[in-house]
Amino acid sequence: MLTLLFDGVAYGMLLFILAVGLAVTLGLMNFINLAHGAFAMAGGYVTVLLMERAGIPFLATLPLAFLLPAILGAVAERLLYRPMYSRPHLEHEQFSIGLVFMAVAGVDYLVGSTQQIIKLPAYFQGRFEIGGVGIGKYRLFIVVVCLVLTGVLQWVLARTRFGSRLRAAVDDPRVAAGLGINVNTVFSLTFAVGSGLAGLGGALGAEVLGLDPNFPLKFMIYFLIVVSVGGTTTITGPLAAALLLGIADVFGKYYVPQLGAFVVYLLMVAILFWRPQGLFGRAAAR
Amino acid sequence: MKATATAAGGAAASLASAARWKPWEWALLAALAASWFAVGNAHALIANEIAILALFALSLDLILGYAGIVSLGHAAFFGIGAYGAALFAKHVMPDPLAGMAVAIALAAVLGAASSVLVMRGSDLARLMITLGVAAILYELANKLEFTGGADGLQGVVIAPLLGRFAFDLYGRVAFAYSLVVLVVAILVARRIVASPFGWSLRAIRDNRLRAAAIGLNVDARLAVAYTIAAAMAGAAGALQAQTSSFASLDTLDFHRSADVMLVVVIGGAGWLWGGVVGAIAFKLLHSLLSAWTPQYWVFWLGLFLVVLTMVGRERLFRPWTWFRKGRRS
Repeated sequence: MLTLLFDGVAYGMLLFILAVGLAVTLGLMNFINLAHGAFAMAGGYVTVLLMERAGIPFLATLPLAFLLPAILGAVAERLLYRPMYSRPHLEHEQFSIGLVFMAVAGVDYLVGSTQQIIKLPAYFQGRFEIGGVGIGKYRLFIVVVCLVLTGVLQWVLARTRFGSRLRAAVDDPRVAAGLGINVNTVFSLTFAVGSGLAGLGGALGAEVLGLDPNFPLKFMIYFLIVVSVGGTTTITGPLAAALLLGIADVFGKYYVPQLGAFVVYLLMVAILFWRPQGLFGRAAAR
Repeated sequence: MKATATAAGGAAASLASAARWKPWEWALLAALAASWFAVGNAHALIANEIAILALFALSLDLILGYAGIVSLGHAAFFGIGAYGAALFAKHVMPDPLAGMAVAIALAAVLGAASSVLVMRGSDLARLMITLGVAAILYELANKLEFTGGADGLQGVVIAPLLGRFAFDLYGRVAFAYSLVVLVVAILVARRIVASPFGWSLRAIRDNRLRAAAIGLNVDARLAVAYTIAAAMAGAAGALQAQTSSFASLDTLDFHRSADVMLVVVIGGAGWLWGGVVGAIAFKLLHSLLSAWTPQYWVFWLGLFLVVLTMVGRERLFRPWTWFRKGRRS
């Protein structure tokens, strides 16, 4: 029971790290980026390939799994995404789903379509027993890393100058620009960090979620659920939504497997009908 | 729409001219009719698929292009039409036209019921709710007894059309049936779009607040439009089930909603013939690319979408404007 809860929390934390970048880009530029999962997949493949081909240990690949997708994100934002912001939502979707298709087929071509298996180092295998509760070592690692990241993000957003600029830009980009904040730079940086976090999430989650070229399509819906249910105006909203989704999913699969994802979708439709801005969102300023 | 009317009389005239049948529309209708003779036995099955996809895309275009409701779960109505028609044929009566009526009614009821859900919130919430409704139906069809689960609904026997034309192996009767339903749907949709109701939908799409301010009941109109589109999608689903004597989970799958969205996007949203053009282009693109690179064809589809969005449809299909500087569409 508690073990399941812990697994659910770990799963939810992963989803949060994967989706938080999407929440920020959506809140900031009102851009529905369906291709967010592609950056997560990039991170996962960076780790897998570095471990397999170059023999670099797992922990050492994680910074790269953050950096490379972040650079990729920054370049893509500058070259591809920026002209899109002023377009209607439908074009955002058709554009980013096109990117997803290209990423899926591209990875398929370069690496192959098989499921990648990540070999965890020995010290992450096995589990502890604390008071009768089995806790997987790797799950614990995930939870700790994600908690630290969440703390750092919260600190950056709430305490630093960049964070207050970002929050100002999210609330009202025009007024923020009028106050001398370079909204474009803020956004580029945020997009890059969001992509990097997604990459890190993809690397960490390769063992839990699985990794194959269809990753962006498979988890796109989950990211969108996290973002839409959690709302885009806070960072705690998506966190709570991700935890809820992770726990509901793990419990649902364990106790009522015949219902499948039914519970998750029903819950989502009900929540969104009740609060269209998300559980913790407030009405957009625009 | 291009004419800028200065007086009320001018506005009425421009509305009337937009509703008038253009020569090229007659030509397209004639081409649709002629296509039945052109395809022969060899291509009737694929032509039937295109006709069904075109009808499905037309229904999505009504809410996406005209009413501005972004939906990623339009397959819900396609699926309920397919399962409705198949179950009706299996348990009640095998007549295809009666089954079609039942499927349309079922889809319309679901559309009216779920229209309440899509009225609220932002585009993202709407996207997720439509997607969620389709996913819920998918899970239901997967788990329920009478839908046959993952195997699909088998053993459906459809009686001959009008009691005379049995569905043949080559799909010629099937194609004729789908074509007639498609043409009827186009005529109905055209009538709706050219009516004051259709214009009010466009007003709502362009600016909901202002539309409400001039006295339109926005929610009621969107609900009616959503229900009509659902009914049409149900008809497309019924065609699919009846012409293949089979209803499967595939009819409710996410990729079907995404595909039909692509069809509308390729053909052009907010243009009735866009569904037909898009369906033909999509199927041709699909079969050409997958024949060329079976495994990687989605890459080229993705590239096509990205280029289409970045360059813009207006420019992409008018090569002579490529090297002209200045105003972007």
